Amino acid sequence: MSKKSNKDVWIYGEVTDGELDVKTLELLTMGKKLAIDLDEELAIVLMGDNLDPVAQDLAGFGPDKIYKVESPLLNRFNGEIWVDVLEKLFKELKPRVFLASQSFVGIEVAPRLAFRLDCEIITDCIDLKIDPDDGSLIKTKAIYGGNVVATFKQKGATQMATVREKANKLAERGAELGKIIDIKPDIDESIVKIQSLEVVREDVVALNKADVIISGGRGIGGIEGFEELATLVPLFKESFANVIIGASRPAIDSGWISSNRQIGLTGEMVAPDFYIAVGISGAIQHIAGMSKSKTVVAINKDEDSNIFNLADYGVVGDYREILPAFKKKWGGV
Amino acid sequence: MNPIKIIVCAKQVPDPEAPANLVEIDSDTKMVKIKGLPPGINSYDQNAIEAALKIKEKTGAKVTVVSVGSKLSQSILRKALAVGVDDLVLVDDSDFKDLDSRSTADVLSKAIEKIGEYDLVFTGRQASDWDSGQTGLILGEMLGIPIVNLVGGVTIEDRSVSVKRMIPGGYERVKGDMPVLLTISNEVGEMRVPSLRTVLESRKRPIEVWQSDDLKIDTQELNPFEILALTSPPNMERECSFIEGDSPEERGENLAMTLKKAFLKNN
Ligand SMILES: Cc1cc2nc3c(=O)[nH]c(=O)nc-3n(C[C@H](O)[C@H](O)[C@H](O)COP(=O)(O)OP(=O)(O)OC[C@H]3O[C@@H](n4cnc5c(N)ncnc54)[C@H](O)[C@@H]3O)c2cc1C
Repeated sequence: MSKKSNKDVWIYGEVTDGELDVKTLELLTMGKKLAIDLDEELAIVLMGDNLDPVAQDLAGFGPDKIYKVESPLLNRFNGEIWVDVLEKLFKELKPRVFLASQSFVGIEVAPRLAFRLDCEIITDCIDLKIDPDDGSLIKTKAIYGGNVVATFKQKGATQMATVREKANKLAERGAELGKIIDIKPDIDESIVKIQSLEVVREDVVALNKADVIISGGRGIGGIEGFEELATLVPLFKESFANVIIGASRPAIDSGWISSNRQIGLTGEMVAPDFYIAVGISGAIQHIAGMSKSKTVVAINKDEDSNIFNLADYGVVGDYREILPAFKKKWGGV
Repeated sequence: MNPIKIIVCAKQVPDPEAPANLVEIDSDTKMVKIKGLPPGINSYDQNAIEAALKIKEKTGAKVTVVSVGSKLSQSILRKALAVGVDDLVLVDDSDFKDLDSRSTADVLSKAIEKIGEYDLVFTGRQASDWDSGQTGLILGEMLGIPIVNLVGGVTIEDRSVSVKRMIPGGYERVKGDMPVLLTISNEVGEMRVPSLRTVLESRKRPIEVWQSDDLKIDTQELNPFEILALTSPPNMERECSFIEGDSPEERGENLAMTLKKAFLKNN
């Protein structure tokens, strides 16, 4: 790869309903580190409509530049338009490195964009480094659900990756203000072949902001089990502001709770103060999402369950017998 | 009206829930082996098969499953036939081991070309070995057809497709004309369980087995993942202190006391 043609580190700044996603601040930390190692600039790409407030705020977090790509046609995420706009921008400005969060937008846009630019990409990276020999990215990701860690090096004038949540600290405000550059994209609406009919908000939960997560798995056995878990929420709210119910994937597949509460590899990555796993066996794909929790409590009727290997406190038994006694005692302690 | 033709791409993968002690990493050859557990059809690809079968039930669609890999197991992939898939195509070549997402999509696109006409192409949202989530998206780009990612449900009305696409906090209903590629998520439901009779029948059904030559693929142009190193993850295990008590109730009470103390310390 020639060092001359492509330059700078770009990160994709994710804006949802006019608000910056916190994952972008984690990405900024990683982007800054890479830009320093390359001795090149760090730019954030923002796409949407009315991005001024977000752009002004982000400028204080130390990027060199913010590309503010605005259009009324960008008011809601659409893969076809997003990939098209970014493809044109990349062909014109030629970034060396591009990072997006392993989020709803990043997981679709980044691989499609990489293909169009004839670049390669690794998704869901947990670490990235610059190879001092050629300025390319050395990309580390967990494979086999998390049982193996692999390090890759790939071809492509733009070195691309999506980055897992909670793999980097949040960026802090700096002294310098980044320069905001306005871009008015030229969007051909006729490329849109998929029409949006409606958006349904079912269950909006900020699992990543929770202090305490009480998660139920297949062992919960039904909707009543989640109702039982919900009775714990007020008890824990005496001590913590954000107490949220989470779940493993089988609980969602069984229709006991909405998929927005899924924790793990293909759900949310969380790191609360307390993670309470009830009727969850500790499969690697679930652990991938909760292993960074400060304190883990597991309730499981199988004393050999893997979840106990990941817990600080373990209770062996049927949760149906354990939790009522737990609640009664809680009031009296 | 001609039946709708659905092609489902399904990958054979090692058991994704193998406990860590069965996962063997050979750092010299840079290969992962799962000891002593049979492989299966990737779980999201099973969801994709189920989504196709639901459309078949309603519209009489024809469903073809295509699988690309090296040393594919017929007995495992024939399960697709047992649950109601019409045709099975295995593209099996020793040069197809650990192909990266783009090369896999490349082989799939050539297999799809050879299969012929299609209205819908389904893939799982990601495979449980490389956890990459790229093959479906790249395949859609290669075929030059619209893509909907993370699909939780599909219905067909005339020649258009109505899709429930999972988004943070809920879902979006989108609509498009065929052909279209959908990457399927678990929300569509688990693959149905075959009966003993259909399992036995599926063993006798003819299937297609193709190699790279049949698709005029130059295997020199295919790439495996370029791996620098394979290692074990850092140890995530914790020292678990088990809550004592003779009965579950007593342990529940003791947990309350322990947690209260832990909460106080934390605040
Ligand atoms: C590519 C891929 C991605 C995946 N992504 C995710 C993900 O993001 N999140 C996720 O969670 N999973 C994910 N999975 C699924 C994962 O592999 C496991 O299947 C899942 O995590 C198991 O969920 P579970 O622990 O609830 O169920 P099980 O493994 O069935 O465990 C249930 C547990 O409940 C206990 N139990 C039963 N009854 C009781 C009772 N009355 N009281 C107390 N305990 C009881 C049992 O002893 C058992 O340990 C993914 C899988 C794949 C292949």
